[in-house]
Amino acid sequence: MPLLEVEDLVVEFPTRRGRLVAVDRVSFTIEAGQVLGMVGESGAGKSLTGMAIIGLLEPPGRIAGGSIRLEGRRIDDLPPEAMRRIRGRKIGAIFQDPLTSLNPLLTIGRQLEETIRTHLDLDAGAARVRAIGLLREVGIPAPERRIDAFPHELSGGMRQRVVIALALAAEPALVVADEPTTALDVSIQAQIVQLLKRLCREHGTAVLLVTHDMGVIAETADRVAVLYAGRLVELGPVEAVIRRPRHPYTQGLMGAIPRIGARKGRLVQIEGSMPRLDAIPPGCAFHPRCPHAFARCRTERPELVTTGPAHRAACWRVEAGEGS
Amino acid sequence: MSAPPLVAVEGLARRFDVSRPWLARLLTREPRRWLQAVAGVDFAIPRGTTMALVGESGCGKSTVARMLVGLLQPSAGRILFDGSPLDPRAGRKALAPVRRRMQMIFQDPYASLDPRWRVADIVAEPLDAFGLVASRAERRERVAELLRAVGLSPADGSKYPHEFSGGQRQRISIARALASRPDFLVCDEPTSALDVSVQAQILNLMKDLQERLGLTYLLISHNLAVVSLMADRVGVMYLGRIVELAPAEELFTRPRHPYTRLLLDTVPDLELRRRERVPVAGEVPSPIDPPAGCAFHPRCPWANGRCRAERPEPLPVGAARVACHAVEEGRLLA
Repeated sequence: MPLLEVEDLVVEFPTRRGRLVAVDRVSFTIEAGQVLGMVGESGAGKSLTGMAIIGLLEPPGRIAGGSIRLEGRRIDDLPPEAMRRIRGRKIGAIFQDPLTSLNPLLTIGRQLEETIRTHLDLDAGAARVRAIGLLREVGIPAPERRIDAFPHELSGGMRQRVVIALALAAEPALVVADEPTTALDVSIQAQIVQLLKRLCREHGTAVLLVTHDMGVIAETADRVAVLYAGRLVELGPVEAVIRRPRHPYTQGLMGAIPRIGARKGRLVQIEGSMPRLDAIPPGCAFHPRCPHAFARCRTERPELVTTGPAHRAACWRVEAGEGS
Repeated sequence: MSAPPLVAVEGLARRFDVSRPWLARLLTREPRRWLQAVAGVDFAIPRGTTMALVGESGCGKSTVARMLVGLLQPSAGRILFDGSPLDPRAGRKALAPVRRRMQMIFQDPYASLDPRWRVADIVAEPLDAFGLVASRAERRERVAELLRAVGLSPADGSKYPHEFSGGQRQRISIARALASRPDFLVCDEPTSALDVSVQAQILNLMKDLQERLGLTYLLISHNLAVVSLMADRVGVMYLGRIVELAPAEELFTRPRHPYTRLLLDTVPDLELRRRERVPVAGEVPSPIDPPAGCAFHPRCPWANGRCRAERPEPLPVGAARVACHAVEEGRLLA
């Protein structure tokens, strides 16, 4: 049984002019100890998918269909109080800006100890010992002293380490990390990615890594889910998706990424931009930008079909067995 | 380089006063405090080429950009444009003919366009400011031409910035920058706020425009892959100084300075080689109180006593200029 099962998830925003579907029938699973990278451009619905899983969708956004199961148990329809207990204990969260996850008025030790004692049956002394251990594990130098520091006394990289320690404090089964390195400098990004990968491997934690950065996915993820206009267009092992992307959007995306060494050429260009939620075209949402679109793409939405071992893509051309 | 460069800077420096207020200083007998944002920066950009400055936040790359276009005055050093030095004390009028020839593109296309102006007026602003058009008809014609050049339609001129996506706004910024027919564009993280597919469109557009109009670029970026695609020469900055300056090919195939090596090693690997990296310890120190000697020594695996005491000067190594004792002494194979 997969640790996390998301089935036909729909997230929508009711507006005066009708409902906007931001996540449209997205299904995927994550096994224990596995890292699933969820990639897409702004507005693709990747962060909303993560937020739906941790139960922190901002109203009026709401789950309008489908189900989310953690360890076999449905969590998408739980009352807020029950969800609050699962969050932290079973699901840890890491966001882009460490300052939104940390309380500026409390020392990092106080915040860690509080999280630990809320979820684990430990006394104050044991919680502090565990907090120091966690800080050491995430690479904070001199944790015995730093534990009494306030968030503003730490650098951005150090703060994100503290957030990771907080997310892992109660030994959750799943961590949802939303752009965990985007706000950091490049040399710090690599440190944080390595840290996240190592900790999850050691603790057997499953990770949903939401990011716009294919490089971070390539370095970290076991499997990749590619979202476009709220829909899952490709899902597969990281090697397969990066080396042999099947969906024309993924192919365009891979070609659009500048790489060191491949100098002086032009980048592959996907014309146009992702549609707004109130103007998603009928059929395949990508068809107006797709160099291979044909009549069926304009009218009928393609479902994910298997294109290789554990590799699936939602494209009529792939389904017809054409293209590479 | 036989032809004189279009832009050259010599010994460029800028410091900021970050002292506490006068009275507080007096009471606590605290000295003035300075933040040395940029120091001893030298480079030259041949006409029609792209020079890139890379480095992490706080390295001074944006400060250099702002000094070049006159948004900040240098504390020391000079800037030569087309062979003649820019005199920062010269008045607006005297500088206008030079300023017309250099323009800047900013990172955030949401902040750099006035939301209350129509796109046509935004694009025409440099035309009006420098008095480059004689009539309404000529102005309209020129705006249409500029919008077409960046892949927008002349009809877009009557819209407001909020009607456009991030990528289209950056096209508007580029159209505005091109309005005064500049020779030199300073592009400060022009694609950092954009999605990758949109970034590709803007980078391709910048390359096309460079080819068509013979533009010279200074590109400020933290993204080494973008730099490798766009730049002919690259300067790597660390805490206000250029630690390595080299032709792009050379820099990416034979990085010499330990910091350049570190930066290259942190680029995510899309080839899935899954190498285990040597984790680089530490972060960029505060520029208010930089380390003595070589500013990089606390993070450098090759640092020794000399590195901690004496600041390395940039010295030629092959086609590059590198400021590193370890490279100079041959302790670190270049």
